[in-house]
Amino acid sequence: MSLELKDLGITEGTDMILEGITFTFDPGRIYVLMGRTAAGKTSLMRAIAGLLDFTDGDMYFNGEDFDVLPTWKRNTSMVYQQFINYPNKTVLGNVIFPLLRSGVNMPEAKAKALEMIDKVGLRNFVDRKPGELSGGQQQRVAIARALVRNADILLLDEPLMNLDYKLREQLREDFRELFTSTKDSVTIYATTEPAEALLIGDELLVMHEGRIIQSGVPAEVFENPNSVTVAQIVNDPPMSILAASVSQGTLSIGHALNSSVPAHLAGIADGDYQVGFRASDLAIGLDGEMTVQGEVDLVEVAGSETLIYLNTPTGYTIVQEEGIHVHHAGDKVAITVSPQRAFLFDLTGKLIAAPGN
Amino acid sequence: MSKVLKYAFIIFWTLFVLAPLSWAVVTSFKTPEAVNQGATFIPWVQFDPTLAGWRDILGISGYTNLIPNMINSALITFFASFISVTLGGLAAYGLSRFRYGWKYYGNSDIIFFFIAQRILPPVVLAIPFFLLLKSLNLLDTHLGLILVLTSGLMPIVVWLMVDFFNQVPREIDEMAMLEGCNPVQAFRRTILPLSKPGIAISAIFAVIFGWNDLFFALVLTFANVKTLPAAVVALNGTVTPFWTLAASAIFSILPLIGFVFIVERYLAKGGFTGAVR
Repeated sequence: MSLELKDLGITEGTDMILEGITFTFDPGRIYVLMGRTAAGKTSLMRAIAGLLDFTDGDMYFNGEDFDVLPTWKRNTSMVYQQFINYPNKTVLGNVIFPLLRSGVNMPEAKAKALEMIDKVGLRNFVDRKPGELSGGQQQRVAIARALVRNADILLLDEPLMNLDYKLREQLREDFRELFTSTKDSVTIYATTEPAEALLIGDELLVMHEGRIIQSGVPAEVFENPNSVTVAQIVNDPPMSILAASVSQGTLSIGHALNSSVPAHLAGIADGDYQVGFRASDLAIGLDGEMTVQGEVDLVEVAGSETLIYLNTPTGYTIVQEEGIHVHHAGDKVAITVSPQRAFLFDLTGKLIAAPGN
Repeated sequence: MSKVLKYAFIIFWTLFVLAPLSWAVVTSFKTPEAVNQGATFIPWVQFDPTLAGWRDILGISGYTNLIPNMINSALITFFASFISVTLGGLAAYGLSRFRYGWKYYGNSDIIFFFIAQRILPPVVLAIPFFLLLKSLNLLDTHLGLILVLTSGLMPIVVWLMVDFFNQVPREIDEMAMLEGCNPVQAFRRTILPLSKPGIAISAIFAVIFGWNDLFFALVLTFANVKTLPAAVVALNGTVTPFWTLAASAIFSILPLIGFVFIVERYLAKGGFTGAVR
C-alpha cells in the first residue's frame, strides 16, 4: 500500500513548482512535510490528490500507476489549512457524506460518523451547522470527515495554521491519538512548525523551492541539518548564521571573537566557514567564553519565552530566553556565544559538523 | 433634523412609487360613476366597490378574456426561464471553474460576449429574428417566442451566476471530488444546494424580463400566441374603460408578485458561512 513518487515535477510556464521529487511513503507512518511558505508542500499534496497535474515523473500507489486515476477514484482524504466544510450540512451531515459517497449503508454510516464525531469531541454539536461552530470545532469537523472513511492516503495541509495558540497545542496533542486509527493509511502532514514535526512525525521531509532537500527521523534532521537552508527551516526562530574562520586551532567568529576550536570541530581544516547558533543556545547578559555586544532591534514575547533580535558586529542574531524579559529597541546588551553549540557549514552552506546532543 | 428629512424623503418616495399602483388597484374596483366622481381612494367610504372591471377581463361579462393570454405568458416565461437558468447555470459553472479560450481570449471575454448581446437594442434583432423564425416556420408559435426569449435571458443568467459561483469556494468542489464525487456529482450534490440564492435571483430576473417582454411578442406572434402584455396593450388601443384597463394591469402583474414571494425565501444571506474560514 505504499505511495511511490519518481522524479515528480510540476512546471507552470517558466515557473518550477516541484522538481525531482522521489520518495516512497509507507502506510502506518506519519510523514511530515516541512518548509517555508511556497516551498511546494501544498502543491505536492494536491498532485498526490489529483487536484494538480504534474508535468514530469511518475506516481504509483500499490505498484499501480496512480496518475491515470481521477481525484474521485483515488480514495484520498485531505484537510486544508482553511477549515473547509459543507456549510449547508450539519456536523453529522458533513461527516456522514464521504461514507455515503463510498457506498456505506445509512445505519452503518451514521454509527461510524457518530463514533468519529465522538472522537473529535463534538458529540454535543451533531445537529449544528459549521457556521454555528468556533474555528477549532470547524477544523475538528474537517478532520473527522477526513478520518472517517479510512482513506488510503490522508493529507493534512497545515491543519492547525489558522487556529489560536492554545487550540493548536491541544489539537496537536490529540493528533497522535487520532492518527492511530489510520494505521493502514499513508499519512502526510504539512507544516511550517518544527514543534509539530517533532511531536507528530515519524519521518520528516524538508522542502525548499519545490525540492525535498533532506529527509529522515525528525530528531536526526533537527540535530544534523545537512545545510544552512535546512537549519533555518527546522529551527524556529531561525538559526543565526554568522561568518567564521578557522586558523591554527582558533575559531574566529566575525573577525571579532576568537576561541580555541571546540571538541566537535577538532581536525577541521583552516579556512573560511559559516557557523550557526540556535536561538536557545545563545544567552544575554551572561559571562561566557565568548561575549559580543549587540543592539536590540526587536523584542517578541511568545508564550513563556522572549525572542530578542539583535544587530551585532558578527551579524544579525536571534536570542531566545526562557521567561518574560524586558528589553527595549536600541538597548546595548552582551550576548554569550558558546562555540560548543556551533553548527559549522562550508561557504556553500553544506554541514560540516554539528554539536550533537 | 437629518432624521426628519430622511424619513420625509422615504415617505415621499414610497408614496411616489405606490401611488400609481394603488390608483390602479382602487380603480379596478370602481363603477363608471365612481370613476367620474374624481379622485377617491377609500372603498365603501368614498365609493362602493364592484368587480365589473374584473368580470370584463376574465371573460365573465363577455367583453374580453385575458386568461388564455396569461396561460400563453406563463408557458412561454416558464420554459424560457427554465431553459435559461438550467443551461445558463451550467455554462456559468463551467466558466467559473474551468479555463476556456483561445490565444489571448479567456473566460472573462466569453462572459463579456454573453452580456454584450444585451447591449443590442431589441429592435436591431427584430428583423433577423423574424426572418429566422419565418424560415423555421416558428412565427406565431410558443416555441419560437421561447427560443427568442431564451437567447435574451440566458446572457443575464450567465452573467449573474458566474459571479455567484465565483463566490462559492473552489475547495468545496475539490473536497466533494476527494470524497468520491465526479465533477457532475460535485456540482449536483454540493454546489447546487449552496447555489439556491443565486438560482433564485437569476430566476427572478429571467421571469420578470420574460413575463414583461412586449416587443418580441408584438413582432413575432400575431393571433395564435398572444401574451398577456400584448393583450393588455391591445386593450389600450380600443375603447376599453378605465376600470377594465386598471384591472388588466393589476391582473398582468399578480403572477409576478406571487412568484417573487415564493422565490424570495431562497434569497437567504450568508449561505457560505462556515464553508471556509
